[in-house]
Amino acid sequence: MIFDEFSPSRTRRTLTAGGRTLRALGLDGPLTGVLAIIVCIGILVVYSASGQNLKMVEHHLANIAIAVAALLALARLATPQYLRLFAPIAYVIGILLLIVVAVTGHIGKGAQRWLDIGFIRFQPSEIMKLAVPMMCAWYMHERPLPPTFKDLVAMGIMIAVPTGMIVLQPDLGTALLIAASGLIVMLLAGMQFRIVLISLPLLAGAAWGAWHFIHDYQRQRILTFLNPETDPLGAGYHIIQSQIAIGSGGIFGKGYMNGSQAQLEFLPERSTDFIFAVIGEEFGLLGQLLILTLYGVVIGRALYLAMQGQDTFSRLTGGAIALSFFVYVFVNSGMVSGILPVVGVPLPMISYGGTSMVTLLAGFGILMSLHSHRKLIGS
Amino acid sequence: MPRRVRIKDHWAEQRIFTLRGIAAGVIVGVLLLTVAARLFYLTVLKHEYYAELSQGNRVRTDPIPPSRGLILDRHGVVMAENLPAFQLELVRELVGGTPEITATLARLVTIGLLDAEDVGSIRRTILSHHVYESVPIKLQLNDEDMARFAVHRHEFTGVDIRARLSRHYPFGPMAVHALGYVAAISEQDLKRIDSDSYAGTSLIGKLGVEGAYESELHGTRGYREVLVNAAGRPVERQGAYTPKLATRQPIAGADLILSLDMRVQRAAEEALAGKRGAAIAIDPHSGDVIALASTPGFDPNAFARGLTTKQYDALQNDIDKPLINRALRGAYPPGSTVKPFFALAALRYGVMTPEQTIFCPGHFSLPGSSHLFRDWKPKGHGTVSMRHAIQQSCDVYFYTVANRLGIDRMHDFMTTFGFGELTGIDIPGEKPGLMPSTEWKRHAYKRPAEQVWFPGETISVGIGQGYMLATPMQLAHAVSGIASRGQIFKPRLVTGVRPAGSAAVTQRPVEPEAPLTAVTADQWSVIVEGMELATGPGGTAAAATAGSPYKIAGKTGSAQVFTIGQNEKYNEKQISERMLDHALFISFAPAEDPKLAVAVFVENGKHGGSTAAPIARKIFDAFLLPDKPRSGT
Repeated sequence: MIFDEFSPSRTRRTLTAGGRTLRALGLDGPLTGVLAIIVCIGILVVYSASGQNLKMVEHHLANIAIAVAALLALARLATPQYLRLFAPIAYVIGILLLIVVAVTGHIGKGAQRWLDIGFIRFQPSEIMKLAVPMMCAWYMHERPLPPTFKDLVAMGIMIAVPTGMIVLQPDLGTALLIAASGLIVMLLAGMQFRIVLISLPLLAGAAWGAWHFIHDYQRQRILTFLNPETDPLGAGYHIIQSQIAIGSGGIFGKGYMNGSQAQLEFLPERSTDFIFAVIGEEFGLLGQLLILTLYGVVIGRALYLAMQGQDTFSRLTGGAIALSFFVYVFVNSGMVSGILPVVGVPLPMISYGGTSMVTLLAGFGILMSLHSHRKLIGS
Repeated sequence: MPRRVRIKDHWAEQRIFTLRGIAAGVIVGVLLLTVAARLFYLTVLKHEYYAELSQGNRVRTDPIPPSRGLILDRHGVVMAENLPAFQLELVRELVGGTPEITATLARLVTIGLLDAEDVGSIRRTILSHHVYESVPIKLQLNDEDMARFAVHRHEFTGVDIRARLSRHYPFGPMAVHALGYVAAISEQDLKRIDSDSYAGTSLIGKLGVEGAYESELHGTRGYREVLVNAAGRPVERQGAYTPKLATRQPIAGADLILSLDMRVQRAAEEALAGKRGAAIAIDPHSGDVIALASTPGFDPNAFARGLTTKQYDALQNDIDKPLINRALRGAYPPGSTVKPFFALAALRYGVMTPEQTIFCPGHFSLPGSSHLFRDWKPKGHGTVSMRHAIQQSCDVYFYTVANRLGIDRMHDFMTTFGFGELTGIDIPGEKPGLMPSTEWKRHAYKRPAEQVWFPGETISVGIGQGYMLATPMQLAHAVSGIASRGQIFKPRLVTGVRPAGSAAVTQRPVEPEAPLTAVTADQWSVIVEGMELATGPGGTAAAATAGSPYKIAGKTGSAQVFTIGQNEKYNEKQISERMLDHALFISFAPAEDPKLAVAVFVENGKHGGSTAAPIARKIFDAFLLPDKPRSGT
């Protein structure tokens, strides 16, 4: 087959100046626009949720700067060829770092997750959020779809190794997200539904086993999720206070910086994991639906871009990035509104906290790069 | 199933992906709608519920205690007021559980702010309050206490100094037995009061007017809604917006206007100074108590400051019993002060005429009995009529009167003057004394042999001894009945109530008792004349009334001290001093138009004429001669 390098000059005449800039940067206009809106809303909400703490806002802006830099760099430079080459390397580096963390890891909140390399602290598990789906996509790239049973087992192992290590850190939430990103690849690759049906009892068995394997506080969280009122001042406090914040906000909210739950610190983790409740309290149902709609647009656009991928690797990686993003949105909003257990997942691109922001925007950088570096198929 | 040879079919693979992608998109949409539905449920369907929870979260209602009503004398002199004071308060939920509270109190003992022996009762009081209430643990801190706490302040959480209004009695111990006092709200108090209306209040009235009129004096508490953060700390604003918070100002307690006249009260207390006794002055035309003194007293300010256990024990165990209100609670044999009443009874029942004389040989015996009832004057008074019998306090005359009346008629008549019954004065703690009768004795004793009333017992009662007991208050109340010639009023200390913020005083109506109509005007005059003679030349109280510009009618009395507690330890001198007779004097003046009735009682004061009557004279002078310097007689 003959591939032609995509030439920006061909469409130059039909594009505006902004559009040309986006093309030159390898960005997708609609996706970039909506992401920018979400990030800007996030800055405003972090300012309010932090109790008007300018130091935190500055830090947040710095994180955004790093994340945007990562997005731009990946969108411009990470061609599908490079990414395919890099995927197994990133995966292996990730595994090695997880081992390092397990051995020497910096103790944070009683869990070994953080790696401190002088000027920067980061969680190797974040690398895995991208490395695992890319590794699976890389594995399937040369193989015919749908995956054979052997392929599924191979990918299962690729997913299970880092997931298991992260469960042991222990960080159940992240482990589940990484497992989900790998599973998404398997499903998008065409895994037969009957295999899904057969594996459900197996998963139930695994869950039963995991129940005896996980830490007490994780078990407590699940129990509390099922009945938060049993422990209103302990583990149930988060869920109750978060629902009070959302419910008391009503349709229109209490107004920017006027959410009493958030401002008076009744709402725990108000600028990180529970920031969606702050949006609910201060901007009401309308504010939350706006955010969900924006997320919906991002996911839809990302899926659309992924579908346009020209090879298996591009499509699977793009699809995994789009749907992982959805998983984060769903897990966080579900947890904050009380339909899912508290697992410590930040609200994508709004919550205060650098690691998740960088990972997410890096993912979108990859997604857009895969799209903009398509080759025209001579037809 | 796996084929041998599989080749990549790009179109088929793209189709698989597209289908899966569309399916995923549908699932994404459904799940996002699920979240949206949940949000709709929370924000629309359950909005009211969560809005209320959120309101309860952030707004705390802080009580504002009302300021206590003032107590004024009849001329508007302030006898009890409120002054700002600093006190140490503790909030249980900020300190922690019982072990933490114990540790905190122990540290306060270490730095010298609390006494070790008080810790137990303070802890009980703390534990009987709600966890969020600020409980006073030391009242009216002085500068030294404040400085000491300031140094250690950082070591304490949940303990802090608060400025509050505290009770102050500008005259100190003056009239304390009438006023009563306020003290820290105790565990027992909490059981009977509505603790909500006392939230923020640390003092409550005990005894006297402060105790009896607690509901008038207390007022209605207000509240202030305070914005609090999750740690329970009050904060000014939330975000950019300062919310509207409700405040209700407290309504101060009502002021009380007393019948007391501070000038007369002071004269009474100064005259009683150094003695154990009581003096009561009553306006016979209204029952208004002009003076009510009981000595020794104590400083009520010490209670408002908060007594340590040691200080309280010292007061409680004081041999002179300063905490006892002798005026209301001291039931003593009334002695010869009962004679005018029995004389009146003799006239009323016709067993004696005013001019009929009795020969007094210095002793009396019942027919058929060899037992001698002795007169206080061993040689006897000779031939005496009723007036002179009162003047000279002839015992034999009244032995005869008692013998002729019989105990039950004596009882019935004395009861109309309030003997043996509570006078009904408007402060608590009064004792009824004892006016014996045959029926009383039947009920008072268990064994039949003891239930019989013996004629000899009647004779003793005739001179106010034997079973008869009366309080100084009862004597004042009864003598006011002679002064008013039969129209007695229920004694009262509070004459008017002035609601907070109002200039108008609501007067309490006087309460007349059933008038004595069975006694004629002539009969009254005989008695009054006898009492006038008693204070004149040749009378028992002559010395004390000499030179007064108005005429005093009075009757002295002295009562034998029959018993001393067997277990009390006195030194020799004290034993002899405390074995002496009690001295009494009842009186009114001016005799022809009585304005004031006075009863004086001095424990172990020996003679009514020499000890008690001069005290009454000073009280009359203070009341009747207000512009002249008090007589120094």
